[in-house]
Amino acid sequence: MEFSELIKTATVESVLLSCAGLPPVRGTLCITSHHLLLSSCPGGDGQPGTMELWLLIRNVDAVEKRVQNLGWYQPPRTNDSPRDTRLAGSSGTITLRCKDLKVLQLEIPGMEECLNIASSIEALSSVDSVMMMYPFFYRPQDLRLEEGWHLFPLEQYFQQIAAQTSQWRLSDLNRDFTTCPTYPADVIVPAAVSDDTLRRAARFRQGGRFPVLSYYHPRNGTVLLRSSQPLTGPNRKRCPEDEVLLGMVLDEGERGFIIDTRSAQAAKQARMTGGGTEPKSSYPQWKRLHRPLERGRPLQESFIKLVEACNDASLSMDRWLSRLESCRWLSHVKAALSTACLAAQCLDREEASVLVHGAEGTDTTLLVTALAQVILDPGCRTVVGFQGLLEREWIEAGHPFHLRCARSAYSHARLKQEAPLFLLFLDCVWQLSRQFPFSLEFGESLLLTLFDNAYASDYGTFLCNNEKERCLCKVKENTHSLWAWLNQPEEKKKYLNPLYSHNPLVIWPSVEPQSIQLWQGLFFRWIRPSQYLDEARAEMQRLVEGNEAPAKESAGSRLSRSLSDPAAWTENER
Amino acid sequence: LVENVKLLDRYTNRKAANGTLYLTATHLIYVDASSEVRKETWILHHHIASVEKLPLTTAGCPLLIHCKNFHVAHFVIGQERDCHEVYTSLLKLSQPVKPEELYAFSYNPKMSKDNREIGWKLIDLKVDYQRMGIPNDYWEITDVNKDYEVCNTYPPEIVVPRAANKATVIGSSRFRSRGRIPVLSYLYKENNAAICRCSQPLSGFSARCLEDEQMLQAIREANPGCAFMYVVDTRPKLNAMANRAAGKGYENEDNYDNIRFKFIGIENIHVMRNSLQKLLEVCETKSPSMSDFLTGLENSGWLRHIKAVMDAGVFLAKAVKDENASVLVHCSDGWDRTAQVCSLASLLLDPFYRTFKGFMVLIEKEWIAMGHKFSHRCGHLDGDPKEVSPVFTQFIECVWQLMQQFPCTFEFNERFLLEIHDHVYSCQFGNFLGTCHKEREDLKIFEKTHSLWPFLLQKKQELRNPLYKGFTAYKELQPNTLPFSFQFWCGMYNRFDKGMHPKQCVLDHLLSCMSQKMKLEDNASELENKLPFLDGPLPSEACSLSKVGSAASKTPMLNTPQDYEGEPPPVLTNGISVGNVDVMSDVDQKNKENLCNHQDLHDLNDTNVLDSEAREGEPQCH
Repeated sequence: MEFSELIKTATVESVLLSCAGLPPVRGTLCITSHHLLLSSCPGGDGQPGTMELWLLIRNVDAVEKRVQNLGWYQPPRTNDSPRDTRLAGSSGTITLRCKDLKVLQLEIPGMEECLNIASSIEALSSVDSVMMMYPFFYRPQDLRLEEGWHLFPLEQYFQQIAAQTSQWRLSDLNRDFTTCPTYPADVIVPAAVSDDTLRRAARFRQGGRFPVLSYYHPRNGTVLLRSSQPLTGPNRKRCPEDEVLLGMVLDEGERGFIIDTRSAQAAKQARMTGGGTEPKSSYPQWKRLHRPLERGRPLQESFIKLVEACNDASLSMDRWLSRLESCRWLSHVKAALSTACLAAQCLDREEASVLVHGAEGTDTTLLVTALAQVILDPGCRTVVGFQGLLEREWIEAGHPFHLRCARSAYSHARLKQEAPLFLLFLDCVWQLSRQFPFSLEFGESLLLTLFDNAYASDYGTFLCNNEKERCLCKVKENTHSLWAWLNQPEEKKKYLNPLYSHNPLVIWPSVEPQSIQLWQGLFFRWIRPSQYLDEARAEMQRLVEGNEAPAKESAGSRLSRSLSDPAAWTENER
Repeated sequence: LVENVKLLDRYTNRKAANGTLYLTATHLIYVDASSEVRKETWILHHHIASVEKLPLTTAGCPLLIHCKNFHVAHFVIGQERDCHEVYTSLLKLSQPVKPEELYAFSYNPKMSKDNREIGWKLIDLKVDYQRMGIPNDYWEITDVNKDYEVCNTYPPEIVVPRAANKATVIGSSRFRSRGRIPVLSYLYKENNAAICRCSQPLSGFSARCLEDEQMLQAIREANPGCAFMYVVDTRPKLNAMANRAAGKGYENEDNYDNIRFKFIGIENIHVMRNSLQKLLEVCETKSPSMSDFLTGLENSGWLRHIKAVMDAGVFLAKAVKDENASVLVHCSDGWDRTAQVCSLASLLLDPFYRTFKGFMVLIEKEWIAMGHKFSHRCGHLDGDPKEVSPVFTQFIECVWQLMQQFPCTFEFNERFLLEIHDHVYSCQFGNFLGTCHKEREDLKIFEKTHSLWPFLLQKKQELRNPLYKGFTAYKELQPNTLPFSFQFWCGMYNRFDKGMHPKQCVLDHLLSCMSQKMKLEDNASELENKLPFLDGPLPSEACSLSKVGSAASKTPMLNTPQDYEGEPPPVLTNGISVGNVDVMSDVDQKNKENLCNHQDLHDLNDTNVLDSEAREGEPQCH
């Protein structure tokens, strides 16, 4: 396939771009393989200099077109110009709804051009082949390709654990991805369990996702494990190796908890399709708790409904509250936080190890294990620690980003496997940052950037569904890592929380409805005016920094500038 | 004095504290004996809205106290007889019959007579009118009401158009409910557009009044830049029409020259009272689901009403600023909705009202002087419960909502609003006693009680907004009034449920940054002088303040995580206000937050982890 085949019209002059909160800009529209580019006519429309909009076409979630054929309309012939007559002939409006929830409108003179542009964008944005995506073409000058890809080797994480206990070992039994196609090559497992036993246990778990270590709690040596559901099936099959594996985690007389992220009923029903849950009789030391968390289609629909409600400016207060309620997004936030707290509480307070799983073990499971770690582990609350957590618990752990983030809230396409679990996780982290404003080293802007990049990115970090696919596509060899870009000092500065101060304690959030807020910074990012809030942020930064070192003054204004820059406007940057 | 009393925490099954209950002349004090640090809960009798004796339990006799500042205290008293005694005493103490029984008449902060009088002179409304340029060619301050002949709920001095002579004023007053004639509330100097306020006309179905028509004409003509004026009736149209049958009603556009009449549709005091009641029920629900909470919030209608008030304020401000039009506002009597809307519009138009001093002026002017019936609306005395309504609370909330949208535009922070709200009910100061100026004169509050404002100014350091960018940084505010811009105010309605609030307080941290910065300044008083008080220097504010009261103003300044431990135990001070104690128990609370919060989780995650196996069969919905 060639991109050029998909581009029917590459350039249109005199296109009017409008975007909420910014003055409309007229310029030349250009469609390239991966970008929609609009550069304003210099000096035209009172615009000083050239403005350029670079929109990654992968970011387009939905294209809506409306053409007006105004052929019958005779404009009053007073001060007409050639452009006017052409406009009067026909024109069209394309509304681009982006995955980052921004909405752009393009007014395009000429009906045919409009339709061509629309179908080109549609075709380009639905290219599904990973290797054709922009990260494989993006070559920034100031980064090296290999940079950032090996920042967080599991080996290093394991060494921290090994320094405290010898009960765990690093196993590379999955180096060729045969035991479990969605696990990374290396996993941390009980030292006393052989690779052979693991292989057999893997056959008893859906997708081969046998229980592995997710987090070691240094305070008391308890661990957080994750897996997929056991394949007990309707005949209540057992697997001695799986029982041994889980038995090895606990000492004699110790008790562990299994947090199943499905309802007891759903878990029972899963037996009919070969799945199931750990029966008490086979795993006597483990106590099962059911905490149903929504995933899959209902979660995607919740996201869609919420975004719809947020974009509906005609709602009365009552309708708004009722739609906020009925979309259930905040209920999902509350449930996810509560379950993560439960897991954290079992570890920290009950001093018991925990195994988390749902069905596949790639969605709600990761949501819970990752969140629990943010709550428990101060190390995860730094910029670098958080990246490591994402790498370990989402990317390498095999959250299928490519499937889950293929479409965002606006798409009209038939839903396949899309579900905003990662967004739900980011939302929960935002709730934590709101309740503990000094405890996270990063601010909202990092969470927003992660959301944007998970759905459409210049970087390869969130490409593919698991490590196996990433290897096949040579993602780490042929794309740049998001972390390399984020960790450049100038860039990193933008994401820091000026109020941060290391907090070694566990951060227990309140999960009362009164304590959970809609994340306006995300859902209203392109809708609410941000000027006053940005000024407040800058003022806060000024105040805090002024206290530490007055020399840092300029960072505040830089931050405010970058924040008050809603569309991806760059001034001849590339 | 009752010993062996338990105070239950509303949201947790935390082991109930054991302690002693003291009843003083002014406060109910609970001292927790079980904790190592002395922990006290003070409840002012005047703050008590209701006391309920609940059915006897094995633990004892439960006593549920609801406060007007939304504190809910659930005591369990060992002995039934003790409980009953406390109950009857509290009933009596919380509902004084005579004004002289109010706390303000006994509150004695050991201040000299001179300082007390200076305190009352801190706010001078005349200065504010001067600030607006009044008197001028069009407006004058008249003492036509000096003997309360025109209107007994207005102050002696009112601002009316120069063109309206005494006959017009008197004539108009006969045509306005309770004689509340149109008077100036705010003059927007830039374009001479004015906001005026009054009560409904006694128009019935067809009555007219020439003087009233002249009065409106005079107001319109006092703004030569605009050919028309708005007359805004803040009631829903249906209510206003119903009033016509009682000989009241609204202005007929045909009878008044060049007016544009408009209904705004803010509900009456009864609807608001019920709405708050429903909201509080939602806030008090134990561990509600997200859906329960949002549905409850919606059904209470509270935020809808807040939005209606805000929309009205925005309409007024826009009419004045963008259309250069004067506006006359009324509701029924012109002392509830009218006060809300006029004060909000002033706040949007004029940055002065967003300073400490300006906000005090605003409340004195639009609420106290113009006869908002604080005594009735707040239920200071045993009286008609149907007169009670959270009208002022709604105004305070609107200001808070504005603070959320414009974090750098107010000189004061949320705590200032809460302090004022507390003291509107506390009756500790004279400002909010009675229903109007005349009644306050009759009560001799200026001679016998203290003013709240110097007391608050003294605490300025902890009530200021560290993000305030100064008087000149912002002029008019244009708030977003889409529904999502209104948030539930947890800090007000669940203020005493500390577990719900952010566990680390940004405000405290920024205040401490600020105070460190202030220390660096050579002269702190120099900084004071830089503060933008347009109406000239205050009568020796700083010196009089240092002597006011004996209440300690110790605040939790540092609240970084490292400071979780090592805060001193709260100490009781003489003549302290409940507000102070709140701040202190706050410190105490925060020390522990990180340590004891996990208990909440036990509770939230279905009582205990251990017994959840039993629940497996049930489908669990969240």
